[in-house]
Amino acid sequence: MKKGEKKKEFVTGYTVSNAVKKGDVFTRLSMIFLGLGNFARGERAKGILFLTSEVGFLYLFVSFLMPALGMLPSLGLTATEEVFNETTQLYEYTQGDNSMLILLYGIISIFMIAAFVVLWRAAQKSAYKVQYKAQNNIKILGFMQEMKTYLNEELHKLLLTLPVIGVIAITIMPIIYMVSMAFTNYDRDHQPPGNLFTWVGLDNFRLLFNFAGNFGSTFMYVLGWTLIWAVFATGLNYIFGMLLAMVINRKETRFKGFYRMCFVVTIAVPQFVSLLLISQMLQPEGIVNVVLRNTGILGSAESLPFLTNITWARVTVIIVNLWVGMPHTMLTTTGILNNIPPELYEAAKVDGANKFVTFFKITLPYMLHVTGPYLITTFVGNINNFNVIYLLTGGKPNTMEYYRMTAGKTDLLVTWLYKLTIDNRDYNLGAVIGIMVFAISAFFSLIVYRRTGSYKNEEGFQ
Amino acid sequence: MKKKQISNVFVHIMLSFLVLVWLVPIAWIVLTSFRAQKGSYSATILPKAYTLSNYTRLFAETDIFNFPQWFMNTFIVAVFSCMISSFFILSVSYAMSRLRFKMRKPFMNVALILGMFPGFMSMIAVYYILKGIGLASGPLKLVALVLIYSAGSGAGFFVQKGFFDTISKSIDEAAIIDGCTKWQVFYKITIPLSKPIIVQTVLNAFIAPWIDFIFAKVIIGSEAKYYTVAIGLWNMLTRENITNFYTRFMAGAVLVSIPISLLFMKLQKYYQQTGAGAVKG
Repeated sequence: MKKGEKKKEFVTGYTVSNAVKKGDVFTRLSMIFLGLGNFARGERAKGILFLTSEVGFLYLFVSFLMPALGMLPSLGLTATEEVFNETTQLYEYTQGDNSMLILLYGIISIFMIAAFVVLWRAAQKSAYKVQYKAQNNIKILGFMQEMKTYLNEELHKLLLTLPVIGVIAITIMPIIYMVSMAFTNYDRDHQPPGNLFTWVGLDNFRLLFNFAGNFGSTFMYVLGWTLIWAVFATGLNYIFGMLLAMVINRKETRFKGFYRMCFVVTIAVPQFVSLLLISQMLQPEGIVNVVLRNTGILGSAESLPFLTNITWARVTVIIVNLWVGMPHTMLTTTGILNNIPPELYEAAKVDGANKFVTFFKITLPYMLHVTGPYLITTFVGNINNFNVIYLLTGGKPNTMEYYRMTAGKTDLLVTWLYKLTIDNRDYNLGAVIGIMVFAISAFFSLIVYRRTGSYKNEEGFQ
Repeated sequence: MKKKQISNVFVHIMLSFLVLVWLVPIAWIVLTSFRAQKGSYSATILPKAYTLSNYTRLFAETDIFNFPQWFMNTFIVAVFSCMISSFFILSVSYAMSRLRFKMRKPFMNVALILGMFPGFMSMIAVYYILKGIGLASGPLKLVALVLIYSAGSGAGFFVQKGFFDTISKSIDEAAIIDGCTKWQVFYKITIPLSKPIIVQTVLNAFIAPWIDFIFAKVIIGSEAKYYTVAIGLWNMLTRENITNFYTRFMAGAVLVSIPISLLFMKLQKYYQQTGAGAVKG
């Protein structure tokens, strides 16, 4: 489909610009009194609905939106102060501004105004539509008949309204709220109520990209480990999971169903149970060390530093992640492995290729071709793999080198983000890290979507 | 031939070893849940004495850690969030797959971009927004949890849309010629044809509250009355509780894992079916 054709697909004459250009007196007055045009031409219920929502909005605008927006540029001026009250001979606190609420209300206000603009445009289109119908003697539907179109031509509006409101309120608005915090100094020293925070422009990003500074260098180290982790966690899981699937798939292997079930059981146990447990098992006094001592491999006072030594801990999380992830890979690859055309293997056999050659020349290229997008999605998933790190090591071992000891040596960017915001209340820095995680995820995801045909050619299968 | 047999034996030994490695932690959970001695330290692999009291005390001694209450909380949250989010996801994915309207492509692109933000980056903000509308105190916290698990779910429709895309459009067209409205096509034709993906969506949505613990931790805070099982069990392993509650944690973990595992096995069956459906085209 060419771009030009695509644009024409949904064109109707009922646009806002037509309403302004060709509208008659009622339609134009609808710009100020929403729904007047509808009301005058018999769409009473609709007209009243438009008008009441306009009145409601105006009331909100004066009582809530105007003060909220007025405070937004400064994020509050008067801090909470201690004042000595002469009559009671006590110190009292004056109620100051709460910057966090001001920012929140400001953003909610902007969303409400945007919602009103959408409503206003819908009202203009509707007014022009009913005018056009009246002029051309097209029957104007009654309110109930009009509602019925929402089950047919306008079904998408019925289906999407609630989900879209949900996404805006629970996903988009919070993200914008957090992103805007990246441009403030809302850190542990500026905690409302009591203290004010304010806009600081790009200061936090300067701090981040000043790699000589403590925060910037911590970011680089944590980013480096995040990428190393993601590469190993994804790559090893992929290779070993696929090998496992192949070994189980072999013609000669018996009890296939049994083996598969054993591995699937481990996926079914919630991660917070299995990972917390493994973390307990690997403690200095955990069962693994106890067993090693009892069998005489370790001396009675010795223990292996699975989660306490930096290098050990890093290797441990990658290996434990194999335990978590291999069954998943096995499940997803089993079916695809069966789909590899057997002729390829037969031809290779005739040519005298051994198992290793067939694996690297046939199986792996085929699998990479088919599961490439899956692989990159998993990679992005591992960059954001909060559970494994947080439940297993909690980011530890900690180090003095990192910014205010907010991160440990196994912390990923996401767990650091969690610690910055929840444990240390450096919301501005957390927001900056969140934006960086977004940028990294977006970069890798874009590679996937550029490559997959299913996004460009949705109807290819039908 | 002999060489093949040797390698075959080798493969089976290796697989058995792997199965052992994978099942040891699971077996460990079950064994410890029946262990009589308290505490996380254990000098032997197998418990010295067995008991059922870890399970009975989990239900009898509810003054500090009220496991039955957590179970109910999680169940209620799971039921409601499952209903709402299944409805949202199916509505959006059907609209994206079958209906054609102006905002379709932009909506899909926005959903893609939203998926790239780390999920809990917005968590703090959600917490304050919910607090702002008075949903962050008392039993309303559970309502807040339902909202968090379900209200934003409309953006995660890609798998379901992919499934709807594979259902032939000619059935829809035939129904429309017979006088069906698009709504009737949706619930009389598409929904009955999509059982595998619906079961998958419903079960996934139902399982999520049982295994999530980041969101629950932030929203519920320290009020033990409104804990979900995940945070409750997590709290049993904190430093001050671990000696007394370690074995009971294991008992609780077993009790939570059993229904989840059963649901997951069920889900597994449908995963395979949806996969097959997509290939058949």
